[in-house]
Amino acid sequence: MNRIECLRAVYPQLEKRVVVTIMGAVAIELQSIGHRPNFFYLQHAMGLASSIGLGLAVSLQEQRIVVLDGDGSLLMNLGTLSTLAHSGASNIVHVVFDNQSYLSAGDSPTATAQSTDLEGVARASGIPHTASARSVEEFQTAFASALDSGKLTVLVAHVDTSGVYDRPTDLGLLENRFQFSRHCQSLARR
Amino acid sequence: MPVSETNSHLLHQTLKACGIQVVSALPESWLVPVIRMIGDDPRIRLIRVAKEEECVGISAGAHFAGVKSAMLIPNHGFLAAVNPIVSLAHLYKVPLMMFIAYRGTFGDTYSWHTPGGTVTEPLLQTLRIPYTMLDSPESLERRVRDAQALADASLLPVALLLTHELMMEA
Repeated sequence: MNRIECLRAVYPQLEKRVVVTIMGAVAIELQSIGHRPNFFYLQHAMGLASSIGLGLAVSLQEQRIVVLDGDGSLLMNLGTLSTLAHSGASNIVHVVFDNQSYLSAGDSPTATAQSTDLEGVARASGIPHTASARSVEEFQTAFASALDSGKLTVLVAHVDTSGVYDRPTDLGLLENRFQFSRHCQSLARR
Repeated sequence: MPVSETNSHLLHQTLKACGIQVVSALPESWLVPVIRMIGDDPRIRLIRVAKEEECVGISAGAHFAGVKSAMLIPNHGFLAAVNPIVSLAHLYKVPLMMFIAYRGTFGDTYSWHTPGGTVTEPLLQTLRIPYTMLDSPESLERRVRDAQALADASLLPVALLLTHELMMEA
């Protein structure tokens, strides 16, 4: 399955969520489907999308935070899984698009192309709810279930090594950051 | 030479007085008492991290939501967090309140801290991170409030160096 098919399948459910993505193809593809003020695209700082998600989760406890991560990024910050598991935060759905590749940097294999099992790492780290998906239907069902469960979830989506590279809009980094921040703070005031 | 419970308590109370609601931390022997006090305080959310880089992301998320946060880390943890300080906090204009145990300076008898101690201030200067010493209980709250004022107004990371003199009993 392709990542953008997964994103399209759950896009309507992202409307009311606070969403943090990693850089590269995930950010570009989500933006190409349609940017919203509740989407923050973390350009650079690889590995920290889930840490930002955790900071949001403990600050906006009434919201569900969706983190759209990747295998390369998560491998740079595996400790985040044990931090999340023991943080007490339950309002995070941490999606990991695993394409077994540092695709944006020229398609070099990551450790998941060999034997590293990120769902297994998440489970062993103490994440209370984990799942894997290998089809768009499985992903859609698992994502909906994660949102409904109210449990801290890591969902690994096994996707093809494909992506797009042209930025779909001229949205600037700081424009995105301040728009997103204003949105989050409007949620905090409600 | 034990860690000062009195000044650890003062630091904890100062964080609370400054409206800090989220603290991310990684233990270091000087920080153990204050982290314990924060962990026991229901008014502050303590997040124990596995590596200091995570603290930068957590503070960024809290800031985006309008919540004041702080990082409690040793100076070797500051060294470990340089990349996200530059590629997240500087890039995205995120204020950070970094409370850094200033190991490896005068009074510290653990020689393995010395290399980190000698590069901490030069590195803060290279990164253009404003910093101050927290070296006495009398000036602590004023310096923390002033640091917070600058960080929030300028959307910058700032560092507060917790010295041997403050953190250890004489």
